[in-house]
Amino acid sequence: MTLEIIQLVVSGAFLISGVFFVLAGAVGVLRLPDFYTRMHAAGMTDTLGAEFIIFGLMVQAGFTQTSLKLFLIAFLLFLTSPTASHAVADAAHHAGLKPLLGKFRAPNPAEVKANKVEKH
Amino acid sequence: MRKSAAILLLVLVLYWFTLSGYFDHTVLFVTGGLSVLAVVGLAARMNILDDETTPYFRFKSIGYFVWLFKEIVKANMAVVKAVLSPDMEISPSMFKVKMDHGTDLGRTTFANSITLTPGTISVEMEDGEILVHALLEEMTDLEGFKEMGVRSGKAVADPMNYVPKLAAKPKATKKRKGS
Repeated sequence: MTLEIIQLVVSGAFLISGVFFVLAGAVGVLRLPDFYTRMHAAGMTDTLGAEFIIFGLMVQAGFTQTSLKLFLIAFLLFLTSPTASHAVADAAHHAGLKPLLGKFRAPNPAEVKANKVEKH
Repeated sequence: MRKSAAILLLVLVLYWFTLSGYFDHTVLFVTGGLSVLAVVGLAARMNILDDETTPYFRFKSIGYFVWLFKEIVKANMAVVKAVLSPDMEISPSMFKVKMDHGTDLGRTTFANSITLTPGTISVEMEDGEILVHALLEEMTDLEGFKEMGVRSGKAVADPMNYVPKLAAKPKATKKRKGS
């Protein structure tokens, strides 16, 4: 009984932190300024987001065949997701997409609004 | 080659049992065994049974995975903090990292480790160098890359600083740049 509670709590913690990283990755994809920087946020969902969710499911499944299969999925993701990221970045670089370099700061919404009002 | 074949056979049998879960089905058992043998036979015919296609498990690699996972968690925290903060102060940069790995497996491990760590992506590979795009200023630290390079080389038993004999190699493998 207590073991089941521990199992539930641990898997819940893994699942929640995984969802947090996936959400943060989605926010990052929307907020960051250009293609290359957005890829970093997408990589976050690939690594910790997906791995934590799969770990949580593994804890929930216990020592069964299902958790072995989940482990294989986690391993496959661990190997293939960086390869896919590299392929996309390499393709963009070959196509001549110039990265945004130097310091960047998110524009202040109030200032943007004020500027827009002035322009019109 | 015989060692690689034995390892591939063992891995495939374990893989089959993991995915199917059947232990008492004679027909499935026999067909599963036949397909495993067919795959090993085809791999032998294609001449791809070597250390690179069957990278067998080393205990050193487990240590590397643990270290890499720690680095990934650390980098994730930094990227999450930068992305979720209202100001979002980032300084994207592109720079080259030296790479001393002698084998393709070592190079792939190193480049994949860089890409797996959020905040750094390996964009292009050239001879002995990787072009890296970094999101934050704290990730441009070359010492960190050096450590990762040494550790990843050790994990796959890579002969570091080894100069490949280009004349001995077939031309098809030498031309990797444009791929």
